[in-house]
Parts: sequence; C-alpha cells; structure tokens
Amino acid sequence: MAEKTYYTREHEWVRVEGGIATCGITDYAQDQLGDVVYVELPELNIQVAREVEAAVVESTKAASDIYAPVSGEVVEVNRELEARPDLVNESAEDTGWFFRIRIDDEGELDELLDEDGYKEFLEELA
Amino acid sequence: MTEPLRTPLHTLHEAAGAVMAPFAGYAMPMRYSAGMVAEHVQARERAALFDVSHMGQVLLMGPDAAEALEALVPGDIRGLAPGAMRYTLLTGDGGGILDDLMVTRIDGGLALVVNAARKEADIAHLRGRLAGADILPEPDRALLALQGPAARDVLAGCAGMAFMSARETSVAGIPVRVSRSGYTGEDGFELSVRDGDAVALAERLLAHGDVSWAGLGARDSLRLEAGLCLYGHDIDEGTTPLEAGLGWTIPQRRRAERNFPGAAAILDAPPTRRRVGLRPEGRVIARAGTTVADADGAAAGRVTSGGFGPTLGGPMAMAYLPAGMTRPGTPVTFDIRGRARPGTVVPLPFVPRNYHRG
Repeated sequence: MAEKTYYTREHEWVRVEGGIATCGITDYAQDQLGDVVYVELPELNIQVAREVEAAVVESTKAASDIYAPVSGEVVEVNRELEARPDLVNESAEDTGWFFRIRIDDEGELDELLDEDGYKEFLEELA
Repeated sequence: MTEPLRTPLHTLHEAAGAVMAPFAGYAMPMRYSAGMVAEHVQARERAALFDVSHMGQVLLMGPDAAEALEALVPGDIRGLAPGAMRYTLLTGDGGGILDDLMVTRIDGGLALVVNAARKEADIAHLRGRLAGADILPEPDRALLALQGPAARDVLAGCAGMAFMSARETSVAGIPVRVSRSGYTGEDGFELSVRDGDAVALAERLLAHGDVSWAGLGARDSLRLEAGLCLYGHDIDEGTTPLEAGLGWTIPQRRRAERNFPGAAAILDAPPTRRRVGLRPEGRVIARAGTTVADADGAAAGRVTSGGFGPTLGGPMAMAYLPAGMTRPGTPVTFDIRGRARPGTVVPLPFVPRNYHRG
C-alpha cells in the first residue's frame, strides 16, 4: 500500500501507510518556533482524539501544543527526541517525527490538506 | 494601539533577517536567522552584538548629583570614583524595588541606564523626589552591547579598561561613551552613541569576523544562566533587595545611615523567602508562572524566570522559596501542565561568569 502525506492548518504533517499515521510538525512550523529544546510525547497505547492536544513542543521562546491530526491509538513515539529535540529543527518532516497513531477512521483524512493544499495555505499566510 | 517605536538600527535588523517583536513599546529583534541557541553560543564563545537602545539613558548633572541620588537608592554612589560604574536599585518607601539600574560617575554628574519598561516611571520618580541635580533624559542616544570573550579584541583600544568602568572615547572616529559591563555574564562592553552614529558604529563592529547580531531572546537565556535578575520578573515592587539576594548592593555605610527609601522595611525584618536557582530534572521547561512545591507537594513559590540554557545544556529557573527551602540540594516539584515534575535547588549562577578581572 502506497504512503500518502497530509497536512493540517495547525502545521502538522501526517504520513499514512497501512493504517498507521506518522505525525510531526512541518518545516514551516519548526522555522516559526525557533530552536526546539524539549518535546513532551504522548504515552504509548493511549487513545487520542483528532484536534485534541497530544504532545507539547517547547522552543527557546514558548511552549506549543501539538494536536492529533486523526483519532486513534498511539502505537509508537519518537524516543530519539528525548535526547535530541533539535531533530525537529534539523529534519522536521522526516527523522523529527513525533508519534504514530493507528487510525480509527481513515475517513477523517479527507478533512486534511494534501501537499498542494498546504502550500496554498502557506501562501495565504505569507 | 500605538505603533511601536523603532531604534535607529531597525533597518539593519530587518536586513539581517531579524524576527521583530514588541517589547516595552519598541519593535525589538528577538532573534535573527541564526536562531537563539546559535546567538547565545556566539556570545559565550566569540562576540555578539545586541541593540539595547530601548533602555533608558538619563544624565543627572550637578556637583551634588551623587548625594542627591543616594536619597533614592541604597548603593554607595558618593564613593564612585570618576569613570567608575555601579549596579544599584531604586527602592520604594515600602522596601520594594522600583527598578534596577547602572550608575556611572561622569564629568559633572552621573549617567544612568534604566530598564526600558521603567524609564518613564523612573524619570517621573526622579523629577518628583530628586533634589539637587538636573535630570536630563537622553532619548536621542542608542545603546549597543558587545558581549563575549572576543569583545576585547574587537574593541582593542578599550581592552585595558577595568570591569565596571566607563570612559568617553571614539571608535573608528565615532564618539562613544563606553563601559566595560553587560548582562550576559561575559566580558564585554556597552556603547552609548548618538542616534545618528548608531548604524555606522554597528556596521563597523559587525565588520569584525568574530561579531554577529544576537537578539533579546539570547540576551534572556544568557542573563538567566548568569543568575542575573530581570526587572518585572525576578524583582519588582513586591520584592525587597534582601529577598532578591541583592543585599551586596547595600554597603555598611548605607545600612548605618538608613537614609534611603524603605530602609526600615528592608533592613529590620529578616527575609522570609529568598530568590533561588532551580534545575528541573530532564529537559522539561519550567517557565515563568510555574508553581513550585515542596517535596510533599505543598505549593511554596512560583517560577519568576525559566527557560532552556544552551551553555548549561538543560532547563533552568529562578523562584522565590521560603527560608527553609533555599539550601542547594533541596528537592522541589514543578507543576507543569498538571504533572508534578521533580527538580532541585541549585546555587546561582547556573553558568560561571566570565567577567574581565582587573
């Protein structure tokens, strides 16, 4: 099954493969935040609801909530970020991922933006 | 809403990719494209240039200016030798701190540098209470801070200056009032310059390979690592000098004379709480406002400044804690987003200061 990447208007990305959503924040978001110094990850095996706070990212400037882009169970978190929160700056949309969710309802993905949609959204912000 | 004021260096900041934010009525650079951590490291390892033109510069002129100012501060101002500089406090009649400031003995009087957010209130306070000196605000002067171990190489002509001294001189032909001081815990200089000369001075300093811009974000993490107070956060009208650990600014003569505002309130009651350094365990950040509890979970104080220390390599905070909890090693808990996070009282500063000795 091919993977596909979605985006939220809160600047999260979601890469979906085999019913599992890998989630992180976009490169635009990390640039806005500045240097990331701490990431508070969700607990494993908890249920998270779409658009509800699932993690916290702290930059040198402020703490920001990260929302679950889709509802489901947290099946994996990126433990690398505990020692290397700066991975979020270095590689926001790849090795700086936050958590993986087993998606309850793939229909929720229809509410998200695709890559072109997110690019347009960013252009509107500029 | 009124448009924020701009410093004379505004266009230079924009050209350098600064993220500007409102601060004390001014649009100030929070960080540049390098980012706060890199700017912080720049000040610790080489030299960083800060625009602090928002700070208030005020002259007190007249032969009796030092005696006059002593009526409003608990420091030794009369004893300042020509060109010497001192950190002191404006105290209120109830013993609280109205502002913290730098005072330098200059030809014919004193030069003051006060906090940006307090300058209007300070000038009003001086006008209302200071007798025997002319109060001359200097709104047409900019202030640059060059901080870091390489600062002495950049301003080689000032390398022989003593720490906490000042002089009138020129840098590349530009007249400046330069002091060997700062707010980062590093060796460095602050340069007061006419607005019209500020861009030329900044460009001249930036032309040196070891110098680059740093914003107010890095300035805050640098001063917190150095254990220095930020007015409005760590000290204010509700804190006294002894609670704040600033008793060293009140020499014996002034303690004996007891003739500064709030003397009785400050000197007669031993403080029941003290400003301390705290280290949260792990990497979680305890920001200003976070509740600090004792080991049993009973609320004991609140974080006044907190953040990540790039040189420290972890989070740090300051808070006022009751007398029984101020010893280094005392365990505390932070209430962060509803979870109790452990931490420990530690000595200040978090990072050793690297001031010029001599």
